[in-house]
Amino acid sequence: MPLRLLKYALSKEYPGKRFFQAHETPKKSYDVVIIGGGGHGLAAAYYLAKEHGITNVAVLEKGYIGGGNTGRNTTIVRSNYLTPEGVKFYDASVKIYEGLSEELDLNLFYSTRGHYTLAHTESAMRTMRWRAEVNKHVGVESYVVGPDEIAKACPQLDMSCSGQAPILGALFHAPGSVARHDGVAWGYARGADSLGVEIFQNTEVLGIDVQGGKVAGVKTNKGYIATTKVLSAVAGFTPRICEMVGLETPIVIHPLQACVTEPMKPWLDTILVSGSLHVYVSQSSRGELVMGSSLDPYEVHSTRSTLDFVEGLTSHMLDMFPFLSNIKVVRQWAGMADMTPDFAPVMGKTPVEGFYLDAGWGTWGFKATPISGKTMAETIARDQAPDLIHSFRLSRFEDYELTGEKGAASVGH
Amino acid sequence: MKLLTCPVNGTRPLSEFVFGGELRQPPAADCSDQVWAHYVHNRNGAPGLKQEWWYHAPSGTWFIAERNTLTDQVIRTYLKGQESQA
Ligand SMILES: Cc1cc2nc3c(=O)[nH]c(=O)nc-3n(C[C@H](O)[C@H](O)[C@H](O)COP(=O)(O)OP(=O)(O)OC[C@H]3O[C@@H](n4cnc5c(N)ncnc54)[C@H](O)[C@@H]3O)c2cc1C
Repeated sequence: MPLRLLKYALSKEYPGKRFFQAHETPKKSYDVVIIGGGGHGLAAAYYLAKEHGITNVAVLEKGYIGGGNTGRNTTIVRSNYLTPEGVKFYDASVKIYEGLSEELDLNLFYSTRGHYTLAHTESAMRTMRWRAEVNKHVGVESYVVGPDEIAKACPQLDMSCSGQAPILGALFHAPGSVARHDGVAWGYARGADSLGVEIFQNTEVLGIDVQGGKVAGVKTNKGYIATTKVLSAVAGFTPRICEMVGLETPIVIHPLQACVTEPMKPWLDTILVSGSLHVYVSQSSRGELVMGSSLDPYEVHSTRSTLDFVEGLTSHMLDMFPFLSNIKVVRQWAGMADMTPDFAPVMGKTPVEGFYLDAGWGTWGFKATPISGKTMAETIARDQAPDLIHSFRLSRFEDYELTGEKGAASVGH
Repeated sequence: MKLLTCPVNGTRPLSEFVFGGELRQPPAADCSDQVWAHYVHNRNGAPGLKQEWWYHAPSGTWFIAERNTLTDQVIRTYLKGQESQA
């Protein structure tokens, strides 16, 4: 038994170092206030401190850190999108993820599995070829594979999908990975805290003080905080925060649900997605199958989950893997996805001076956590968004310059 | 199973219905591009009691539901223009 463990057993008080200081009362003012202690808000705080020397920063989280969509997603990281601007952006994120455990000195269980998007129709095959070409052009390792290669990579898969939807091929994406999502939030929190950022849990923003078109402060359940720069990184709560500053956006909230089975011995090495069957699945390092499906079909601002969802999902899982019929689903949950009409995020400056938005992460934002933190930190520090996120600006809607990402993002992950 | 009441066909399983988005008033046809872009793209995304379009697919009936999007409770449903009889 390692000595350290003995120390934990014998000590009356928990001898370990806290991940971050438990601040209770905010100061009267900060240079930057970040609303939302999910991965995105915490990553932005970390890069503000690390890369721009801005450390007088408060992160305000109404619940506990990582308790929003960051701790609810199915943890898939990939960059095999459809538009060049999307592929470049997510590829930059994948590259940061690959070295992130080391940088944050925390094992994020980042595990590169390879990612297959199955095609059951000729038209789906066409989209796969299109995506493969765009990906290759940008330097991302994706290519189309045939049924034989899929069957070899996943021999358990019923290639006819119970005769319902025979698999014609797939888009293979080598860098596709999974990671421990709460670890990402905790790692960034510890990193930010050690650089001087203050993190407040149980601290809710109730209003934003805007004077003469400029941010002047935020009202919270722990009093007023003066600041000239506010970042909203609240995913499913974005419309509520935008309402506080009178900003209209295209973002609407739909629940996205997920579930896991009881743990099994490792058998599924890869990440599999089927758009036609509305299923995506991977096996966690604990042995559970982590499964998700499409978005709930109508607006609801709650994290309730439904039987319809598990029934629909598991029936399609059984088309793919009939041998799972005796395996139990042990947990299900939902998050509130902040959806945009073009399946791309909304990032950068807004018409309200000092109010920065990091939102529209819908069903796809976990993989973007590092790069969105980095680019939003730069946007706040320089008051100018870097080129990498230019296509994602809020004003694209009034410019009629939407992105065309729908084809690669519509099955939620 | 969740149920919804179609004003024509009565209470039916939710799986028979399609969500059509919030009831909104289009701007005048000669409005500016900016006003039109706002209408086309922006939505009232905050939670609350909303009037929404719903469609009963088997019978092809479009109607209005008043629903609290925070609690997912439907207050009442009626055909457009027949609100007072609901
Ligand atoms: C079921 C599901 C599966 C998903 N699967 C994937 C996937 O496989 N891959 C992928 O890339 N993405 C996936 N996503 C999307 C991804 O989870 C999110 O886009 C991402 O986690 C958003 O992170 P965030 O930090 O912006 O938001 P969150 O983690 O939601 O953090 C926002 C925080 O803001 C806080 N907050 C809100 N209002 C206030 C307030 N007024 N004051 C203070 N704090 C406030 C909330 O409590 C919350 O903790 C999935 C999402 C869901 C729901």
